[in-house]
Amino acid sequence: MGLLSDPNRRRALTNLLTRLNAPICVVCYLAGVMWFMGLAFEPFTLRTYMSENAMGSTMVEEHFPAGERALATGREFAAHKKKVGGMPVNWLVKTMESRGLEVFTQSFTRKLPFPDENKERYLVRGTNVYGILRAPRASRTEALVLTAPCSQGNANNQAVGLLLGLAQYFRSQVYWAKDIIFLVNEHDLIGMQAWLEGYHHTNTTGGDWSPLHGRGGSIQASLSLELSSDVITSLDLVLEGLNGQLPNLDLANLFHAFCQKIGVLCTIQGKLQRNDWESTSGYSHSAQTMMLMVLKQASGRPWGDHGLFLRYHIEAATIRGINSFRQYKTDTTTIGRLLEGMYRKLNNLLERLHQSYFFYLMPSLTRFVSIGYYMPAFGLLAVILLLRALDLWVQLGASAPGTEDGLAEREQSPSSPGVLSILTPVVISHMTGVALYCLPVMSQEMAVQHFPVSETEAVVLTAIAIYTAGLALPHNTHRLLQGEGTEHGWRVLKLVALLYLAVLLGCTALINFSLGFILALSLVPIAAFITPHTHKPLSAAIMVLLSPGCTLLYCVLIFQELQETPVSLQDGWMLFLSVISQGILDHSLYGSLVYPLLALLIYPCWLLLWNILFWK
Amino acid sequence: MNVAETVFIDNVPTTETDASPPSVTEQKADEADHVLDTMQTQDFPPPSTAKDQFQEELVIKPLHSGDIYASFQFRTQWDTDFLLGSKVSHYRLFPKSLGQVISKFSVRELHISFTQGYWRTMQWGQPFLPSPPGAELWVWFQDTVTDVDLAWKELTNVLSGIFCASLNFIDSTNTVQPSASFKPLGVGNVTDQRFLRYAVLPREIVCTENLTPWKKLLPCGSKAGLAVLMKSEKLFHSSFHSQALHIRPVCKCKSTSWELRQTLNVVFDLHTSGQGKREWSLFKMFSRTLTEACPLASSSKVYVDITDNPQGELFELSPATPLVSQAVVLGDGRTYSVYDLTDHATFGQTHSLNVLLRWRAAESGEMLRPLLHGERYVAGYGLQTGEIHTLVYNNHPYRAFPVLLLDTVPWYLRLYIHTLTVTSKGRDNKPSYIHYQPSKDRLQPHLLEMLIQLPPNSVTEVTVQFERALLKWTEYTPDPNHGFYVGSSVISALVPSVVAMDTNNTQERPLFSSFFPCKEESTYFMRIYTEPLLVNLPTPDFSMPYNVICLTCTVVAVGYGSLYNLLTRTFQVEEPSQGLAKRLANIIRRLRGVPLLT
Repeated sequence: MGLLSDPNRRRALTNLLTRLNAPICVVCYLAGVMWFMGLAFEPFTLRTYMSENAMGSTMVEEHFPAGERALATGREFAAHKKKVGGMPVNWLVKTMESRGLEVFTQSFTRKLPFPDENKERYLVRGTNVYGILRAPRASRTEALVLTAPCSQGNANNQAVGLLLGLAQYFRSQVYWAKDIIFLVNEHDLIGMQAWLEGYHHTNTTGGDWSPLHGRGGSIQASLSLELSSDVITSLDLVLEGLNGQLPNLDLANLFHAFCQKIGVLCTIQGKLQRNDWESTSGYSHSAQTMMLMVLKQASGRPWGDHGLFLRYHIEAATIRGINSFRQYKTDTTTIGRLLEGMYRKLNNLLERLHQSYFFYLMPSLTRFVSIGYYMPAFGLLAVILLLRALDLWVQLGASAPGTEDGLAEREQSPSSPGVLSILTPVVISHMTGVALYCLPVMSQEMAVQHFPVSETEAVVLTAIAIYTAGLALPHNTHRLLQGEGTEHGWRVLKLVALLYLAVLLGCTALINFSLGFILALSLVPIAAFITPHTHKPLSAAIMVLLSPGCTLLYCVLIFQELQETPVSLQDGWMLFLSVISQGILDHSLYGSLVYPLLALLIYPCWLLLWNILFWK
Repeated sequence: MNVAETVFIDNVPTTETDASPPSVTEQKADEADHVLDTMQTQDFPPPSTAKDQFQEELVIKPLHSGDIYASFQFRTQWDTDFLLGSKVSHYRLFPKSLGQVISKFSVRELHISFTQGYWRTMQWGQPFLPSPPGAELWVWFQDTVTDVDLAWKELTNVLSGIFCASLNFIDSTNTVQPSASFKPLGVGNVTDQRFLRYAVLPREIVCTENLTPWKKLLPCGSKAGLAVLMKSEKLFHSSFHSQALHIRPVCKCKSTSWELRQTLNVVFDLHTSGQGKREWSLFKMFSRTLTEACPLASSSKVYVDITDNPQGELFELSPATPLVSQAVVLGDGRTYSVYDLTDHATFGQTHSLNVLLRWRAAESGEMLRPLLHGERYVAGYGLQTGEIHTLVYNNHPYRAFPVLLLDTVPWYLRLYIHTLTVTSKGRDNKPSYIHYQPSKDRLQPHLLEMLIQLPPNSVTEVTVQFERALLKWTEYTPDPNHGFYVGSSVISALVPSVVAMDTNNTQERPLFSSFFPCKEESTYFMRIYTEPLLVNLPTPDFSMPYNVICLTCTVVAVGYGSLYNLLTRTFQVEEPSQGLAKRLANIIRRLRGVPLLT
């Protein structure tokens, strides 16, 4: 390591880095993007394989016979649901008891911070019903969960029917080593949140639920079933959970293995597997699948009822029946057999699922990209920030010759800006962030009184208003203190902003790679090349276009495009507004961290960069 | 000794032929002397060991859930003293292996149970003898024992061999000395807890290899008597299986006598064993029928609980039996039909007894809610902290009663005892007695004993927070991601009797008898166990030691090394020495005679 301790060589290295800084940064950025796009290319990815021995080598045979009866139960459930106008609690309790389960109910109440216009709910009251199949000669230490939501309208009746059918069939089997909990939850995620918090006796989001009276020990794995038609063409696997958490890859492998065995078409992100990776269309297909996963993961919201389990270290996934217009149909008995097989294998588990990956991206169900492969893409983007910071550091050092440490010298000299001139913009930006975080929900009543809008619109529009107002903040506070902004001043500020952004994005990418990568993609270029000396109107336009809010808009549009439901710009805008309201709701209902991250940290950081642009 | 053993084995066939079935009257079986006379028809009447007797019984209780509960009890009683100076060497009915254990380790009382499954109090009511999932062992030593810990350690290893169980995993980290929960059940006056040891292994799996040695302790083995029903393929095809063994000194008032009680409880499931039909028979349960009593037994009976079925309106019992017994069991008056196996008439024409219960109605009546019921769970998420919640239900409508709660928590869950709260009905419930012994890392577990008053019709919640310790890497089990077990809490209580509870129901009894609750029946002792807990500890990724080593070495070498270098090196300006190229150039220049470069 003589490289750094030898002053000559160190100087040579820094000279190289400062001289070639801009080209290196551009190359890094392009390489990062290329790397990321290359991840979807099949030869670069790994084939999935079952890591867990307890599920791999053991054979199970599936005998579930009663698909038709399950559908009949589902129809009966639908009739009772219609009669009661909600969850038919009494009927469910009676039906589960007659199947030999221990049945318990849980009631919950939840008041949303503002009305949810997508699902038309504000004050939510509901009841969860669950039955526990006690495993013979087991001591209530481990459990598996199967859930089906009791949705509004005609959705998911077949799922509940199949759940009850499976309960009846499972009850007469002797091989269970773990208790199996059959849960029918009302009001989808809100009910699920209430049940999980009740089960673990926590209260993270201030809901109001009644305590549970029956438990099965520590839950090892869980599957959510969504099924809305008697026959299906394919099963879709949903993995993305709260805050971008994913279940262990072995759960996806298990699903895929049984789909293969039983002969059911299976998809991920609604996209079938294709074998023509050499062709452009084959590559673009898997790239689209991966992009969809990245966008869903970045959103940080649970994409199925399973999403909330992941916080409790319970491996969970949602299995969704899709009925499209394909010829190949699968009946309920087959889905029942698939679930039976999966539960028997999960029942064989001796340890929690831990052998396989927790951090991965899937360009198809048989291929995955592990954290070791995708992290370099982010690293190449993040290194740009560090290179720019190094460049600035060297420049600052060069402007104060004679000392190694430019910063220390600068603070002593009276001409250089003091700590205050750096601190003030940082504080002001963060205050704006806090306002963006708090005000929309707090001031909704006032907004509704003064403007002709609904509560939800009020919240979203207030958020956008504060976001926009942040741009017009007094950006040159240092002039009050010092009279004139110096070259030194903005360089130090930019150095601070660069390092801050690097730390922020680095931490985000470790927790939720997709979110970190998308943010890095839009924020790194502006952070790298913004100076007060560029063409102001052009730079300002670019900055606004690459701001976090606009990134969100692009993501919404791209997501729609990838889902093959493209929208017009106006619909896209409406969707954008609803996504903002959903993000705020996700935060207050389930504790999603994306909204506070954007409002309290990323947006202020972007404001700092905005500040530099208008430095005088 | 060897002689005695062979004598005993040789005896068996002789006894089988000789023993005439004693005529047992329908009383509670404690008439030892009477029975002993009938047993002494053998060739070897050893004077000192003659005073032993053996009884066997099977209780069948249909449960409200449709399941069926079968409980075997075998009792061997022997008027001898293992602990007197003279060595006991002649064994007849009492198993020699256990007798030697008693005398060698100066055991006063020994209770051991192996249980697979959890007793579902809310569905099944109370068991006759409760036991926690896994293995439980508690022993009172004589007060003559000087080094109790050593005796305990050796005893557990010996028992581990006798029962083919992992009792050798009992060590100081899971052994406690409860101060109040486990009192001696036999005669004696030593109640100093120094001589008590209690340990639970919640992870112990019970299977045939534990059943076989247990059966071998019976005088008839599994050759004759009720034990022929114990076929492991059926016993382990059940919802609950528990086998236990209790040794205690009992009073004969002139001299002590030793009682060995072997019990086996099993619950057969309506849906898996019964194919969903409410129809049970001995053959359906055990795939065997009874043909004879154990010839060595002084009494051999099968009881069927017919309390809810006095007129046969609920189920039909065949073959019918005229014998009826009444007893107060767990505070509740029960009625039993009795089959006496020592009576040849019981077996009828077919020479076999297959008790059959066939239901008339699909539903049996509502079960009376168990008065005392407990459950336990771990709250919270994440791998750092958590909270243990223990819920104790008092379902009695108007009587409050105290319970003793015993919690043993392994040291790797560090209890924050200041967070201990006890609440009933939303109010703080201050325990009247708390015995807490903190844990020592790798040496002893937490022990928490509390006496709590349960208000009537209430749920009492005991919570305590804990932090998960990071174990040393050799301390993890081979399957660390399975989690670590915390044994069941033990709730011991004097519960108000059910008989005393229904004072309104006076139709059947004369009015004068039912005004004041009768003292003997007013309370009864009950012990229940909560479910064990499975707690995940922070677990390193054991499959990647190589990566860890590489990463650590790299970090140390690159990061630390260079930083250390920069910090400690002194910098001084050095005259720039000529580079290699320049020196070479100068050599060439010198040769050519051109002025040198500087």
